[in-house]
Amino acid sequence: MPSYLFWLFATVMLIGGAAVIAFRNPVSSALSVVTCFVGLAGLFIGLSAFFVGVIQILVYTGAVMVLFLFIIMLLDLKDEEKRAKGIAPLAAGVGLVIAFVVQLIGVLSRTPNKSAPALNQETLAAAAGHFPVGEKIATSLTAGRLPDVQLIGHTLFTQYNLPLQILGVLLLVATIGVVALSKKQAE
Amino acid sequence: MASLNDYLLVSGLLFASGLFGVVLRRNIIIVFMCLELMLSAANLSLVAFSRFNTVNGLPDYNGQMLVFFVITVAAAEVAVGLAIIVALYRARQTIHTDELTSLKG
Repeated sequence: MPSYLFWLFATVMLIGGAAVIAFRNPVSSALSVVTCFVGLAGLFIGLSAFFVGVIQILVYTGAVMVLFLFIIMLLDLKDEEKRAKGIAPLAAGVGLVIAFVVQLIGVLSRTPNKSAPALNQETLAAAAGHFPVGEKIATSLTAGRLPDVQLIGHTLFTQYNLPLQILGVLLLVATIGVVALSKKQAE
Repeated sequence: MASLNDYLLVSGLLFASGLFGVVLRRNIIIVFMCLELMLSAANLSLVAFSRFNTVNGLPDYNGQMLVFFVITVAAAEVAVGLAIIVALYRARQTIHTDELTSLKG
């Protein structure tokens, strides 16, 4: 990804992140989170993580934020704008953030900077030797394309099969938990 | 192409804005959204590390697996968390942390 695209998406993401805190209306905050996540998905795709970028859009901006908006509108919160903000949380937040950013810059200025390893026709074709000849991954790699989804699936179903099953059980438990939580409690 | 430290800096700034929101805001839903921002900031560093640390000439897919699991767990967490918020609103008619003080000694 060219450098200007990185800074463009990073700016979109950070402005979205700042707007979440700045807006007082929860609906505006939720839409700022959407903006932030779209910028983040752009950064993921710039890092050649196409699958993660698409999942970020589908799951986060598609499902999760719509759920947030749904709940915000269901609860119909109107008194947010009238509230006065305390000085103590603001001071605590600014202090924490300044401490964090100072540490971040300190660490980053001491760590050796690394530029991205090349991901071009030659390196991809060289990597094709690690996969069975004639299958989709190897043919795509030989052609100089990064078969991101196939590689994710390959890793997921070989190295991470047990965590995947556990994740399925977790989602089932979450579904049952949500149904149990949202049932009307008997008095 | 941007370097690894650029990505880590941007991800750290996103994490900082999420942290700021969690400390500053008093609306539980917005606090929850800021938690999601912090999770996503961690995802950005994971994907950056995965891309900048190649294994056999390909990005390190172990990092992206972790991102996949984080996203899935976060989706489950959001569903349960929002159900808890709705139950809380039903019981107390408020979702402001200033007014939820029954655990205060």
